[in-house]
Amino acid sequence: MTAVPGSAVWFARHESRLAWRDWLAMMTAGRRERLRRVVIAIAVFVIFMHFVAYWVVGRYADAAPDKATLVAISASVLLSWLLMISQAMESTTRAFYSRSDLDLILASPAAVEKIFAVRIATVALSMAMMALPLAAPFIDVLVARGGWRWIGAYGLIAAMGAAATALAVALTVALFRVIGPKRTRLVAQVVAAVIGAAFVIGLQVAAILSYGTLSRVSVLQSQTALALLPDAGSLVWWPARAALGDGMALTGVLASSFVLLAAAIAVVAPRFGEYAMTAVGSAGSSIGRGRQDSAFRPTSPRLALRRKEWTLLRRDPWLVSQTLMQMLYLIPPAVLLWRSFDDGQSGSHGAYQLLVPVLVMAAGQLAGGLAWLAISGEDAPDLVASAPVPPRFIVRAKIEAVLGVVALVFAPLVATLAVASPWHALVTSVGIVIAAAAATSIQLWFRSQAKRSQFRRRQVSSRVATFAEAFSSIGWAATAAVAAANVWLAIAPALLALVVMTGAWCVSPRPRNV
Amino acid sequence: MTADVPFALEVCGLIKRFDRPAVDGLDLNVRRGEFYALLGPNGAGKTTTLRMITGLLRPDAGTIRVAGIDALADPVAAKRLTAWISDEPMIYDKLTPHEYLEFVAGLWGVEPALAEPRACELLHWLDLTPQAHERCEGFSKGMRQKMALAGALIHEPRLIILDEPLTGLDAGSARQVKGVLRQRVRDGGTIIMTTHILEVAERMADRIGVIARGKLIAEGTLEELRRKAGKNTDKNTDKNAGKNTSMTDGASLEDTFLALVAEQAEAA
Repeated sequence: MTAVPGSAVWFARHESRLAWRDWLAMMTAGRRERLRRVVIAIAVFVIFMHFVAYWVVGRYADAAPDKATLVAISASVLLSWLLMISQAMESTTRAFYSRSDLDLILASPAAVEKIFAVRIATVALSMAMMALPLAAPFIDVLVARGGWRWIGAYGLIAAMGAAATALAVALTVALFRVIGPKRTRLVAQVVAAVIGAAFVIGLQVAAILSYGTLSRVSVLQSQTALALLPDAGSLVWWPARAALGDGMALTGVLASSFVLLAAAIAVVAPRFGEYAMTAVGSAGSSIGRGRQDSAFRPTSPRLALRRKEWTLLRRDPWLVSQTLMQMLYLIPPAVLLWRSFDDGQSGSHGAYQLLVPVLVMAAGQLAGGLAWLAISGEDAPDLVASAPVPPRFIVRAKIEAVLGVVALVFAPLVATLAVASPWHALVTSVGIVIAAAAATSIQLWFRSQAKRSQFRRRQVSSRVATFAEAFSSIGWAATAAVAAANVWLAIAPALLALVVMTGAWCVSPRPRNV
Repeated sequence: MTADVPFALEVCGLIKRFDRPAVDGLDLNVRRGEFYALLGPNGAGKTTTLRMITGLLRPDAGTIRVAGIDALADPVAAKRLTAWISDEPMIYDKLTPHEYLEFVAGLWGVEPALAEPRACELLHWLDLTPQAHERCEGFSKGMRQKMALAGALIHEPRLIILDEPLTGLDAGSARQVKGVLRQRVRDGGTIIMTTHILEVAERMADRIGVIARGKLIAEGTLEELRRKAGKNTDKNTDKNAGKNTSMTDGASLEDTFLALVAEQAEAA
């Protein structure tokens, strides 16, 4: 079947071809011969996830649609939906601000609203597709154990993707019109990060304040919460009912979501090109200004490199939103710390015990991201390499810049912890230093030349580095957690973390001659 | 650096192989205060040569001396005297020109008291003063190229190495860049530049080197190259009985260059 050139179907085919090739390149790092390994890895992941799903939800397959069940399902749906909105905002912002093929499209005589309608629909589709690998094993297990009624959950995912995209597009366009194209980029990314994290963090904070625990289930299933929430017959529970196989609820949720998406497309698609061109052309206006004082500050090559890294980190909206996300996830442990500290109870020892690995893990993850930006994401590698500075000197300055930021983020928390429990603070600070140094070392061993704008794809460029970084952070977090209780017992997880590090070093590419 | 060294750059037996030889036993000497244009067809090894001279790529064999300093044994000392600008200027989008120049000056260890007025002067010369405090993310290719040039000049290098510096520049920007480069040579600096705009090489260069398949196949002033090309084409004409046109005195650099490259291709 051949689509008429310029029609929506024709554009859809073009977009899907690009999306498919993009995905393929992302998964195989541009090497077709890796495809078989990727397919096997995905298959193994899917099978593994089915076991996880069986263990987690298998026993709930026969759940009746009572209020407690509806609350639990709704909370999961809402959490996933917020994450979808966050991701859809990211995609919409990227579509606005990336020039890519805009010039070609807008210069062509084709009906641009058709291609932008297709693009918005593609965002909705990709949101649903992204949720599927994680949700499908759970739904499959529920279908297998609880019957076909659970198949409606797939429809709910499609509806969630459509509604999330509609809302994300509306939010981004609203920001664009209210605060202008220049500020929208940063604000949208920050809003996306906050939306993505807000629900989990809000529940955790509420749970800590009410029950002194990080568990969000406790607050949702409490009698107080159940009494306050609407009756089981309320429209609020329709998405949950749709997941449970209620045909009417599913039809209603699907219809309303796709009407929302259609409305967003109808309103935004005709003006999408205009917005995008305004966004692309907005660079260089007053908000993108630097220091106004003209005096050069005294410096050395090392300090110049550190200052440059800090300035670039500060001015990177994507990184700001990611760091903000990390900081937001630190709020619950901070509240837990504050609450334990405020109570002044001797029984708060357990809370400190919980804080140690959380902080160490977060430090490792933050350091890994920053190290990639500083070491691999160098936008002017030739300039830095042609400077009269030994290469090891450059690397050292960049590592100092990364560790400086990690210290800045975690020092206040560790200082507060030190007042409450000096021992836990000591263990935490040692753990943070080791986890950050380990993550930075891994990024150093696997360094490659990339643009900072490729940050979101850093996990794809070297999966070994990504897994090594994650397992190293987990290992050092576990080591710190055990060390807080018993130093000698911590040797075992520390050895495991060292094995991860050694393995990563062994498989890392050897440095080139310059 | 020793002041009595007559050559700003001495390259001897330079070899670099990737899948095939990219640079194949290249010898090249550039005098102090000279404007040297390095020409060659695509893939001839020009950029690889320049990247090795700048210290961005390590040669498989050969020696490189910058103002008498062994650039392979003491790269930091050689880099102190050198500046490099590639055809794709890579600058930091999130820094302003002012901040970029402050950073580059810091990297080369230039005192702020010296660097700051020099930065202002360079930005003024290159018409970038109005944008001095705007981030580079909205800059055009020409503005980026001028920024990179300002960065290269902030530490007053003895040897400036430029790879296609005028590609993509409008006429006004190209004239500004050429003016700045000429001034640099008048002030005693040495410039090595690759270009595909042969007219620029013809007008600006004191000497021209032609490189093909990683080897320097001809070198000299435009007149010397014309003579060499003429002599060779005459030989070919004799050999091929009128198949070729010989180089006349008024032959352009383009004619001369094409004749030299064609001759080298035939010989290969």
